[in-house]
Amino acid sequence: MTRAFLALIARDLRLAARIGGSGALVLVFFLMFVTLVPFALGPDLNLLSRIGPAILWLAAVLATLIGLDRLFQADEEDGSLDLLRSSPLPLELVVVAKVIAHWLATGLPLALFAPLFGLLVALTPAGMAATTATLLAGTPALTFIGAVGAALTSTIRRGGLIVPILVLPLMIPTLIFGVSAANAALGGTVPFVAPFLMLTALSLAAAVIGTMGAAAALRWSE
Amino acid sequence: MRARRIPRHSARGAAGRDIDHFLTRRYTVEAVPILRLPQGAAGVRIEVENLACRRSGRLVFQGLSFSLATGEALLVTGRNGAGKSSLLAILAGRLAAEAGAIWVERPGERTLPEMLHLVGHRDALKSALTAQENLAFARDLLGDPDLSPRDALAAVGLGQAAELPVAYLSAGQRRRVALARLLVARRPLWLLDEPTSTLDATSQEMLFGLIRAHLSSGGLLVAATHGPLPIGSARELRLGR
Repeated sequence: MTRAFLALIARDLRLAARIGGSGALVLVFFLMFVTLVPFALGPDLNLLSRIGPAILWLAAVLATLIGLDRLFQADEEDGSLDLLRSSPLPLELVVVAKVIAHWLATGLPLALFAPLFGLLVALTPAGMAATTATLLAGTPALTFIGAVGAALTSTIRRGGLIVPILVLPLMIPTLIFGVSAANAALGGTVPFVAPFLMLTALSLAAAVIGTMGAAAALRWSE
Repeated sequence: MRARRIPRHSARGAAGRDIDHFLTRRYTVEAVPILRLPQGAAGVRIEVENLACRRSGRLVFQGLSFSLATGEALLVTGRNGAGKSSLLAILAGRLAAEAGAIWVERPGERTLPEMLHLVGHRDALKSALTAQENLAFARDLLGDPDLSPRDALAAVGLGQAAELPVAYLSAGQRRRVALARLLVARRPLWLLDEPTSTLDATSQEMLFGLIRAHLSSGGLLVAATHGPLPIGSARELRLGR
């Protein structure tokens, strides 16, 4: 079973690398969004560095939505989902494997490139470290929540915009705690740890609920 | 024989409440002296009782009953839309039946979807991966590995295309890669949906050879087809009026 699990992660990573769609595209979108903000707000460095973490988090949430609709749809269309259904791997573990691969291809690069893109919004080093840490802890929640929407829409053709509509409201708590943790590191009355722990808890809860929800949705859709 | 009711198999979920799978353990299986038996094929028996299928409100078929034991083949025929693919989908646990029951008798604890290969119209191949990578993935995923991906490709006459991305292959070649999946993992029941479509005459002969070898080593086959398959004795199940 471990072998099947790892094989699925390896296949999805290989597909992501070879098709090049999700990973690189997500980073480019992230960069575009962050680049546009200073043009819109004007060159007020104090303002930018104050709202920097919020901008990076907003960009990360929106970038996560790219490619999410294809998470199960691609497998549904070519029949791979039938193959996955006939493996000894329970559908829950199929979901976990696919989410891990998707996060490694999109969420992880987002978090790792956040300090670099933080330069564009004049983030302080402390702010960069905090934003990276919160993105590392928070983006798994985004992917797991998104997986439920992706599973629900796996049989809908051209369901691209439905996924964001379904999952964005559910991502709001993650956004709130992610931004407040990153802001707390820049100074303020709240200690960094409190919202950060909340964020990690959200990720852990999303890992359980998202897995169950997505697997149930895949069983229900036929 | 001891019969134990097992919960609906894992890949169906709530939609499959109408189908009950029953498990009968046999304790003499290890003594059967057959060489290279598809794993768990000895003593496998599938009994379908009063199966009905409804798709988007329309009753496709009902009252369908048949049984299939080790070494037997069932050819499902009927006009387009008679429910051939739906029957295979129900057997594969992909579709919920409207009514009826599927009983499975086999050694071991596997659920029906874990015992079968399904090769249908959607070939479950990733275009960006090579033929060999696709098969290696299927082998790791399905368990009970048999032939290596390279040997399986050679067996379907695609040895030279192993390193090519599947996107570059023709429809017939893609179908052959999908058929090679039957060989990389050992499973007793083969569900084939119009297996000869897009295959040339030589490849059809190759496929019939594979099927005959599968049946003679104790495997089971359910194939949806429009014509007779030269695979020795096979029963026919005619769907529709």
